[in-house]
Amino acid sequence: MIQTVLDILSIRKDFPILNRKVNGYPLVYLDNAATSQTPQKVIDTIVDYYSRYNANIHRGVHTLSQEATDIYEQARQKIQKHFNAAKPQEIIFTSGTTHGINLVANGFASFLKNGDEIIVSALEHHSNIVPWQMLCERTGAVLKVIPMGLDGKLIMEEYHKLLSQRTKLVFCNHVSNALGTINPIEEIIEAAHKLGAAVLVDGAQAAPHLKADVQKLDVDFYVVSAHKMCGPTGVGMLYGKEEWLNKLPPYQGGGEMIAEVTFEKTTYADLPHKFEAGTPNICGGIAFGAALDYMNAIGFDAIAQYEHELLEYATKELLAIDGLKIYGELKEKTAVISFNIEGLHPYDIGSILDKLGVAVRTGHHCAQPIMDFYKIPGTVRASFSFYNTKEEVDILVASVKRAKSMLS
Amino acid sequence: MSIKEIQEEIVDEFSMFEDWMQRYEYMIELGKSLPIIKEEYKTEDNIIKGCQSKVWVHAELEGDKLVFTADSDAIITKGIIAILIRAFSNQKPKDIIDADTSFIDEIGLKEHLSPTRANGLVSMIKQLKLYAVAYQTQLN
Repeated sequence: MIQTVLDILSIRKDFPILNRKVNGYPLVYLDNAATSQTPQKVIDTIVDYYSRYNANIHRGVHTLSQEATDIYEQARQKIQKHFNAAKPQEIIFTSGTTHGINLVANGFASFLKNGDEIIVSALEHHSNIVPWQMLCERTGAVLKVIPMGLDGKLIMEEYHKLLSQRTKLVFCNHVSNALGTINPIEEIIEAAHKLGAAVLVDGAQAAPHLKADVQKLDVDFYVVSAHKMCGPTGVGMLYGKEEWLNKLPPYQGGGEMIAEVTFEKTTYADLPHKFEAGTPNICGGIAFGAALDYMNAIGFDAIAQYEHELLEYATKELLAIDGLKIYGELKEKTAVISFNIEGLHPYDIGSILDKLGVAVRTGHHCAQPIMDFYKIPGTVRASFSFYNTKEEVDILVASVKRAKSMLS
Repeated sequence: MSIKEIQEEIVDEFSMFEDWMQRYEYMIELGKSLPIIKEEYKTEDNIIKGCQSKVWVHAELEGDKLVFTADSDAIITKGIIAILIRAFSNQKPKDIIDADTSFIDEIGLKEHLSPTRANGLVSMIKQLKLYAVAYQTQLN
């Protein structure tokens, strides 16, 4: 029995998709680290937007435009409050985490010179490696990597050795998407700041499970995607300290981001509009706000506690399968289990699980350097959310056993 | 047998199965009987890159017929290649170029044909046909 204050069965009713059958079996959705499912309240918010007040924002004098603007800006304030940013203009709406990272990387191009250094962690997603490589190519800066140990933990002594006066930016994910490891970002931030380097944290995998307080962390930039926290795809947030956002040049030119335009000179709009060129994903931003309302009503403490119980139970049950190996077995991790079975290819296991209605991710999870580190082609990754149940863990375990007997 | 006759034979075999599980079990069996490519041909050049599993294919002309050998690190993928090779190997390049592949739908493996499915089946068929085109040019 898993102890929780949450009424999971009633929570499940909020998610229409969880009633679906897949290949004749009830859906067991365990790919939450890729995208979370959407509760009815968020779906209703989207329908309501298009049914009642769909309009372009920030410039219309008419009622619909004003309503849409107000509700969009309210969503920004909800996000500000959720992440405890000091000011609403420190919240920039983006199309998602990748967009936020590129916005910062692009802006840093004007601050970097030949020989400057950027530090990233070995636990990164491809989207967290490529923009920095591109930035280094453009500026002559050098990319340094914090190595990881076999347990999936960053080797912090090495990080401290890498830091120097040349370090201009440190980039790390809060939680690793491939392994679920929670990284010691407090220590990373504090040490970087001592040398005057800025820190960007990718919170995409952390935000669905724990509430980050950007002021307490003293992080310079923090990025997330709405679709991993019960919101829609195509929208996310970049938090930046106001002083940094004022320093960074705009990423894209267009409408919304300007104050005055003549053919001789353009002056840019104030924050946050300087970084929000063109018509934004208005409905998405509003729905992001609704998703945060939904998750906060359930409560992040209860979510974290319950997911931890699910993780412990699933870990214990899966490890009882002969030949099964879990990658990243730290205590500090979110509800993600990345595993392989000796002699079997993760793709084969995933294909059979899919046939049994169990949705998991297989492959390198866009984190090839981590797979190269373990010398494996990939893993099967089951990632849990607060709407998953103990019974679903049992189905996962039974399905993995069935796949194993079919494939061996 | 012609490619079409072999394909009909495969469709016949698969029609005996009642559910996906039996189909998959059969495919896994077929995977184990795949004519394995010689180690020396398992080169980067011979890899067909799908996102998740690796596939190596080698083609060789024997007389006027093209013979394929292959391998993959995933067993279900091996099964799919085994089916393709059974249909296309030991055939004239011209016949391979002209062959239709809709029998894959008929044996209930349509899902593997989708280009978004990361097993490289689509690129696999394309690769077999490209070999056929190359050798056909040589024969001319």
